[in-house]
Amino acid sequence: MSDQAATFLERANQDVNTPKAAAVAAGARLLTTKRAAAVAAYPAMDIMRDRARAIRLHALTNLDRYLDQFADAVETVGGRVFFAATATEANDYIRRVAADTDAGLIVKSKSMVTEEIEVNNALERDGRTVVETDLGEFIVQLADDRPSHIVAPVLHTTRQEVGDLFAAELGVDYTDVPTELNQIARSYLRERFLRADIGISGVNFAVASTGSVAIVTNEGNGRLSTTAPRVHIAVMGMERIVPTPEDLEVMLEVLGRSATGQSLTTYTNIVTGPRRPDDPDGPDELHVVILDNGRTDVLGSEVAEVLACIRCGACLNVCPVYRSVGGHAWGDVYSGPLGSVLSPALFGLEGREELPYACTLCGACLEVCPPRIDLPRMLVETRNQVVEEGGGFGWLNPAMSAYRLAATKPAAWKSAIGAASAGGRVSGNGWFSRLPGPGGAWTSGRELPAPARVSFRKWWRQRDGS
Amino acid sequence: MSDAVGRGPVQLFVTCIVDVFYPDVGRAVVRVLEGRGFTVEFPEDQTCCGQPAFNTGHRGEAHSMAEHTIRVLDATNGPIVVPSGSCTAMIVDHYEDLFSDSPDLFAAGHRVASRVHEFTQFLVDEIGLDGIESAMTGTTTFHPSCHGLRHLGLGGYGEAVLDGAGIERCDLAGADECCGFGGLFALEMPEVSASIMDVKLDNVTATGADTLVGYDMSCLMHLSGGLRRRGSEIEVRHIAQVIAPEDDE
Repeated sequence: MSDQAATFLERANQDVNTPKAAAVAAGARLLTTKRAAAVAAYPAMDIMRDRARAIRLHALTNLDRYLDQFADAVETVGGRVFFAATATEANDYIRRVAADTDAGLIVKSKSMVTEEIEVNNALERDGRTVVETDLGEFIVQLADDRPSHIVAPVLHTTRQEVGDLFAAELGVDYTDVPTELNQIARSYLRERFLRADIGISGVNFAVASTGSVAIVTNEGNGRLSTTAPRVHIAVMGMERIVPTPEDLEVMLEVLGRSATGQSLTTYTNIVTGPRRPDDPDGPDELHVVILDNGRTDVLGSEVAEVLACIRCGACLNVCPVYRSVGGHAWGDVYSGPLGSVLSPALFGLEGREELPYACTLCGACLEVCPPRIDLPRMLVETRNQVVEEGGGFGWLNPAMSAYRLAATKPAAWKSAIGAASAGGRVSGNGWFSRLPGPGGAWTSGRELPAPARVSFRKWWRQRDGS
Repeated sequence: MSDAVGRGPVQLFVTCIVDVFYPDVGRAVVRVLEGRGFTVEFPEDQTCCGQPAFNTGHRGEAHSMAEHTIRVLDATNGPIVVPSGSCTAMIVDHYEDLFSDSPDLFAAGHRVASRVHEFTQFLVDEIGLDGIESAMTGTTTFHPSCHGLRHLGLGGYGEAVLDGAGIERCDLAGADECCGFGGLFALEMPEVSASIMDVKLDNVTATGADTLVGYDMSCLMHLSGGLRRRGSEIEVRHIAQVIAPEDDE
């Protein structure tokens, strides 16, 4: 991360029009196509999306009650619950469990919330080895890279790059055949699963009435991470709650279809408590870490609804800006339109002022979001906040003040249009190829037509008078 | 022709971009509406709907411009026709919300929003496509701009107009994808905007059409500028220009 540019725009301009961005665009388009096919094959999708929205908003509105119910239920089935107000509190708890377990090796299944709190760094500083077991996350970890997509972490990476990486880091012969790469990772990871002392997982959904945590994966690594080691630590954002198993069913119907175009993700692992005396396997201890880390503040804000997100990534896949620059440009674990709303809300606006502007307001994200989160509205809300705090694009603030002055005084407006028409006359051929100031941003990528010599209103006035 | 609207006055809210850059589009809209027996009026105190301010987070400025527009348009009668999906969406989607704290302006905003129609929407839903024709030769392809498509539900409208007028039309791959304009986004993040535009222009070029048609001159200004930078000969037209009767002035 040391080479990271300071702002979204700097990072975006580094990545735009590169092979990395092209790989992201191709992957995002493929996922979008798969989603569309899955939705077309499932006539109930619209209704399920409405239900998913109702369930998520209900859970958020009654979050205190459901979190209490969930925590009680986890403890009833023999698990332990820790409420962490901050990333540091969560990491400290996980470090204590690791110390108590005397854990040397820790395996992890894919989890955005553990990326958010950077638990790997915390554990590695204590001298413990953490191995990511999701293939994408494993590649990210080996390459000392960052995930660029919340579902497909290495959307930006080609299989040739993975071949080079495996050859360099794992001492295997180069191959770029996906099944062979898969087999290499599988053999490497299988041995780690069996040796690990702790498995850390995320939580896709936490069921309040039963104290269950549901983890979906396509590789089975979630199941292995949560059953083979003797301690399982599940880390969840406090908003992951659904009230009942029936609600979970609805969420699973929309999640797989929206994320990868699957009617159901390959492995759905529902963990209810640690191993019972007559269970053939499972961990001796289950710890559930429930993370706030800014979420309570978001709940009380104009963008509270963003917490209804189920992390399917569909909004990233359809976003023209995401497709154009890839996820790294966002600089946080959450990218795309979701990240542009969620990251400023969770982690603060400072240094993230450009994120809400990384959007054309095309509305494609809202069109695919399973719980129909109105991201475009919240992106504008976040822009309002940027402007209120005096941030944003320097030239825009005075320009908007001047624009308001003209647009609320018809005589001034008419003069401005007259001046524009006069300005258009200097263009010669009717086009500008190179302009100074903010106009130069326009002409950097395209020509600008000159204002017409006779504006519409002038023509109308002449016609009316004739 | 349906008689649903009658043939009374129609107010033209022409939009800033058409007023300044594309008066021919405004004139084409006037010819289409007059050709259908409407009396077109142009409230001359109209300025900007406030969309650029609203979309960039300048809510105070948006508020002032919306208030001005509401006062100007609320003083007129009949349907209000706007040759732009995004300006129409600004009025329809946000004018009521902007004034939720002031009952008079909220009510006036509601009245104005209820009278506003995007041009294609007015043509298809209120007038009907019977007798629509075009002198145009050559092939077209149609780009449905996002705000019209997603906020106003105009999917298929532009295509229906072109098909109804007997104009040859090629399907545009990725038609529902953004062109990268995004209002001031094009100036805030020009490299990203141009990169998104390139995808659209590749798709437009691949159709082999002679003319790109749309209903939002802002997106079309961006795309025509991109086509010209590429040295492309593809023409760009607002849909009103394609179906308007000959200009006899």
